[in-house]
Amino acid sequence: MKQDVPPPYTAVARHAVFPAPRHDEAARYNFLTGLNKYLSGTIGAGNKLAYDTRVLPAFRAEHGRDPRDRFEIRHAMNRDPWHRFWSACKRNSMEMRQQNGRSITLRQIDELAGKVRQFNEGRNTLELDPAVKVPRYQDAVDIHCMPGCYHGEERPGDMSAGANYDSGLFATTGGGLGALSDGGGQALVEWIRKERPGWAPKRILDLGCTVGHNIVPLALAFPEAEVIAIDTAAPVLRYGHARAQALGATNLRFIQMDAEHMGRFADGHFDWVQTTMYLHELSGKALPAIIREGVRVLAPGGLMFHLEQPQYTDDMPLYEQFIRDWDAFNNNEPFWSAMHAMDLKQIMADAGLPLDCQFVTGVRAVVDRDIFPQAPSGEQEDHGRAAVWNAYGAWKPKA
Amino acid sequence: MSDDSIDWIARAGTRAKGKRPDFLGDPTSERMLSILLAVAGEVSVLKERLDTVERLLDAKGTISRADIEGYNPDRDAAYERAVMTKEYIARIMRGVQQEMEAMQVQERPVADISADLKDN
Repeated sequence: MKQDVPPPYTAVARHAVFPAPRHDEAARYNFLTGLNKYLSGTIGAGNKLAYDTRVLPAFRAEHGRDPRDRFEIRHAMNRDPWHRFWSACKRNSMEMRQQNGRSITLRQIDELAGKVRQFNEGRNTLELDPAVKVPRYQDAVDIHCMPGCYHGEERPGDMSAGANYDSGLFATTGGGLGALSDGGGQALVEWIRKERPGWAPKRILDLGCTVGHNIVPLALAFPEAEVIAIDTAAPVLRYGHARAQALGATNLRFIQMDAEHMGRFADGHFDWVQTTMYLHELSGKALPAIIREGVRVLAPGGLMFHLEQPQYTDDMPLYEQFIRDWDAFNNNEPFWSAMHAMDLKQIMADAGLPLDCQFVTGVRAVVDRDIFPQAPSGEQEDHGRAAVWNAYGAWKPKA
Repeated sequence: MSDDSIDWIARAGTRAKGKRPDFLGDPTSERMLSILLAVAGEVSVLKERLDTVERLLDAKGTISRADIEGYNPDRDAAYERAVMTKEYIARIMRGVQQEMEAMQVQERPVADISADLKDN
């Protein structure tokens, strides 16, 4: 029988600033990719089995009712030995990914910094602003157990956080995002071409761009457009800018800026305001404020589009909500759980995008299916890293 | 190495900020599992490296370290190696997988069955 296996790490695209892996470093990622796939796919179902066969019956016996929410399920599951061991393995896998990525990146930090400098120096498409503070929601913990988060610097002017992030994407997603781990951005291009054939946005804004992997495809697809990508973290901007330049996205400008304070941009400046797997890394106060700012800088008739994992709704079984919440509590995603329970539609409506202008659509990563696998969905899905999303969008009213 | 080079070995293992959940109920078990999974990963790395050496020797008869570093498996080789890793992981994770399967059945202790068989 043909085995379902991920592509090797050597299939990753090595653009000019990519942290090249040695043989054994690639093999280490291959092990982790295989382990992740095993944990979420082969034995991921064990969590549901534990729930159905003993956790739920024990809960009913103790409380005389079913769990009311995903938190009650989590507390009950966290007492189950099988789930605990599974979680411990998964947490270790995340930690090992960080260690390997940092090892690859930091052993060649001087060489990488030199390459990045070549693409950054003297170009006005990278604007850093040391006055931009690290937001509280980015500083509370190191998000997805990435030591130093997006803003950590090993030394002044460092870009290694970006390089480490780029290095590990292919491994943790099992190649599901394609050779450049840009399947999300490619999906945006494919979606808009079907949705609005011939539409050519003049100005595009990407909020929380990190290394820009999801905005480069848009910049390349609309070479006449002025594309701006902002983030609060300088290290990922330094790396992302060099990466974008190396890939030929010269119409893409990276600016260090807090999306809550985009006063530099006039009302209605952009035709498209985009976020990709960003909203879940904010906070309860920052998210609506950023949506409001995004709507303000969006032109009448323009598009706001947010790519995220599906929101928890009353229709979603509580167990599924619980398992989708794993990263929130075990992989340092402290806003993940609260964000997925928010009424995004109402928040967008309150910000000036009426409900009848909004839409929700499913989006899958667009990658070379000849080489890269279709991301599993349903029971086999690795929720924190799945290459399938829900997009929450709206076309801003013209008048 | 330039003067401002960092101690990359030490820095690679930086701890992520944020209290680590208690999964197993005792710190020694947590540490043992961390070591075990890391060593399991290293065994997988060695297996893959040996496979690279064997494939290169098959193809060329003699090889250099540079050949190993530059080795890029073609699609068939990549598939075979990924299956090797998958099989390896399935073997080392057998205990967890079988515990999962055990949840699907109701079983009496073998001692009970033994007593039962003795008299019946």
